[in-house]
Amino acid sequence: MTNPSDTGPAPVLALKDIAKSFGAVRALRDVSLTLFPGEVHALAGENGAGKSTLIKTLAGVHRPDAGQVLLDGAPVVFHGPGDARDAGIAVIYQEPTLFPDLSIAENIFMGRQPRRALGRIDHKATHAETAALMRRLGVDLDPDRPARGLSIADQQIVEIAKALSFDARVLIMDEPTAALTGSEVARLFGVVRTLREQGAAVLFISHRLEEIFAICQRVTTLRDGALISSEPLEGMTEDDLVRRMVGRDLEELYPKQDVTPGEVLLSVRRLTREGVFTDVSFEVRRGEIVGLAGLVGAGRTEVARAVFGIDRRDAGDVEVDGRALAGGSPSAAMSAGIALVPEDRRAQGLVMDMSIERNIGLTGLRTSVKAGLVDRGAERSRSLDWAVKLQVKYARIADAVGTLSGGNQQKVVLAKWLATGPKVLIVDEPTRGIDVGTKAEVHRLLSQLAADGVAVLMISSDLPEILGMADRVLVMHEGRLTAEIPRSEATEESVMAAATGRAAA
Amino acid sequence: MADSALVRAVRWDTVVGALLIVVLLFSFGFVDGFGNALNLSFLIGNTLPIAMVALPMTLLVVSGEIDLSVASTAGLSGAVMGALWNQGMTIETIIPLCLLLGVVCGLINGLLVTRLGLPSLAVTIGTLAAYRGIAQIVLGSDAVTDFPTQYLDFAAGRLGDSFLPQAFLPFLVLLAIAVVALHATPFGRSLYAIGASEEAARFAGIRVRRQKLILFTMTGLMASLTGIFWALHYASARYDNATGLELSVVAAVLLGGIDFDGGKGTLGGAIAGVFLLGALQNVMSLVNVSAQSQIVVTGVLLVVSVLGPRVARQISVARAGRRAASTPTS
Repeated sequence: MTNPSDTGPAPVLALKDIAKSFGAVRALRDVSLTLFPGEVHALAGENGAGKSTLIKTLAGVHRPDAGQVLLDGAPVVFHGPGDARDAGIAVIYQEPTLFPDLSIAENIFMGRQPRRALGRIDHKATHAETAALMRRLGVDLDPDRPARGLSIADQQIVEIAKALSFDARVLIMDEPTAALTGSEVARLFGVVRTLREQGAAVLFISHRLEEIFAICQRVTTLRDGALISSEPLEGMTEDDLVRRMVGRDLEELYPKQDVTPGEVLLSVRRLTREGVFTDVSFEVRRGEIVGLAGLVGAGRTEVARAVFGIDRRDAGDVEVDGRALAGGSPSAAMSAGIALVPEDRRAQGLVMDMSIERNIGLTGLRTSVKAGLVDRGAERSRSLDWAVKLQVKYARIADAVGTLSGGNQQKVVLAKWLATGPKVLIVDEPTRGIDVGTKAEVHRLLSQLAADGVAVLMISSDLPEILGMADRVLVMHEGRLTAEIPRSEATEESVMAAATGRAAA
Repeated sequence: MADSALVRAVRWDTVVGALLIVVLLFSFGFVDGFGNALNLSFLIGNTLPIAMVALPMTLLVVSGEIDLSVASTAGLSGAVMGALWNQGMTIETIIPLCLLLGVVCGLINGLLVTRLGLPSLAVTIGTLAAYRGIAQIVLGSDAVTDFPTQYLDFAAGRLGDSFLPQAFLPFLVLLAIAVVALHATPFGRSLYAIGASEEAARFAGIRVRRQKLILFTMTGLMASLTGIFWALHYASARYDNATGLELSVVAAVLLGGIDFDGGKGTLGGAIAGVFLLGALQNVMSLVNVSAQSQIVVTGVLLVVSVLGPRVARQISVARAGRRAASTPTS
């Protein structure tokens, strides 16, 4: 199933019939992949399809059980990541790890700075070489600028420059856009196109299908560790690709049920946090999903934090089911019936080193109690119950939650909060960075919860998600609520106009 | 699963427990003078202050904080006890007052850490000096030794003909309370979450600052109880009582597998660490290892204690990782 190309350039890197097993389970089964210079190649598949294992095999982290890695047509064996790097293969991860206090140039040449006599670092040469790299990438970044304060997109560009300084010919980009805003994605894509024109081979992983179609020429799809297809993207539709990834036609991505809203469960009046957001008032009714849209930094997350009591509020009132809620206390918000699924599941939603069971149990520490002690039986059955209800895929409930894929981690966060039986559920970017299948599951779940009488406030930067799921859309712009748009009138244009402050909707 | 027993076997607290047993068996068999009742009672009596302070210290380190002022709080309590005794107050009045003083000392640490957001390492180095200084102001260079006999006898005496100090039984009660508090109550459980990820704990509705304030206060209370015990056990209240105790406590707790970064470890491991350190020091004295060499050994142990749990964890993480990788998710 390889795609030997008789015409055009020879492949720079190829995997041939790679197999890799962990214990009894086969993570990769006879997978082949060919990367040509001057090509951006998408690697598609759901979480757990084997993408990570494949990348790690290319990067020299895993050694395949069977099959060959061919570099310029000759078989090679990578004994470690260093070998792969020396062979010109570089991996750019989602969240770059730069030294914040060092300059861009120092980051790029860390540990191998050009030297002058007596071993002194040649700052001038470091600067010049970095400037040359930036010119090659067609970006305007000052080599002497410290890495602190760079946007994630710019940090990734620095990582790319670093890879180029190692003469990388193959760049593997593992979900580089997951944390980027629209304009940052455009900036990164500009760099990727430049690289392509200069003859690099890029392997691009993203859950956002529109990005795959925007930047890639060919796509290789994996499902359950097996190669499904490797083909040009031209002529394919998003539905075709999803079918290959999921192995079936995906049920509707936005399965929103019609619900007649009931009484007001969450009422926020004139909420203000100085310098962050001002005079924010809204209501969420039983059975409603209210979308909160806006650009990153508009203050949406901050409103959610203030409602839940993570941050103090300077003015304004919050009422849950008719009762006033004191500010500044998440435990009071929980008791009142609010649940918050935060935007950063790794830092805020979960304790990564703790087991699935204990993570779900955290919100029940005050309720799963018998005679003052934690009732372990009740804790376990509560956790198992919700893990099963949300179809979390795990080996053992006692495994650290950090071993799960992103989509399953998000399900654990949801489980943890649904187990509290909330009246009001606030979800902040509920489907960021999770695959399309899990995304549909989360949407179905939110819709079902609303139908069961929960008031849902959904913050999202994913506009189709907002339009597909929300009964009403609130829009924030620079710390103020600028529009409230009913479902029937919500369009990309009307929401974006309010989000960018162009219209008084 | 077959390898879950293996994974459990490399848990560091079990390793320390096993080491303690090996050291004890070896010492009974091969070290002259170790097994007699007098030596054993010395060993336990000298280790008790470390063990007492180790109880709250374990909870504190699990939650990601530390209190280095414990020895000074103990010293201050002893000094105040001596000074008040010299004034003619009854011991029954003095002891509650000293415990209250410990609560205040702990509360000050806790408020500085939780209200002002200062790092506990820095705060308690500061109060380490301050509390000791106050102790010296209160008692000067006096040594108060004439406490009532029945109290001195209790603190230094043994249970009947056995080698166990009388104070060991109350300690067991405290240990049981601490074990239950850390491992079985919602409070203790939340400490692990706080230590592993304070932000995630806050988002889960755990009242992080309140829990920490309680911990610092309890630590102050236990430190002053230890200071009272110390003065009675050695029949001497001086301003410099228990100097350096905090290092032994921290070393023993880390040796027992409590992660310095918080979120990991068990009280069983910590107490095993305390008695392992105590037993080793006792044995070294018996076989005439010089004091200087003992310090070297203790220092090496400290490094091992920071390293060991990490190595053990890496092994079990590697195993868990293999297991997780062998069961694809979604």
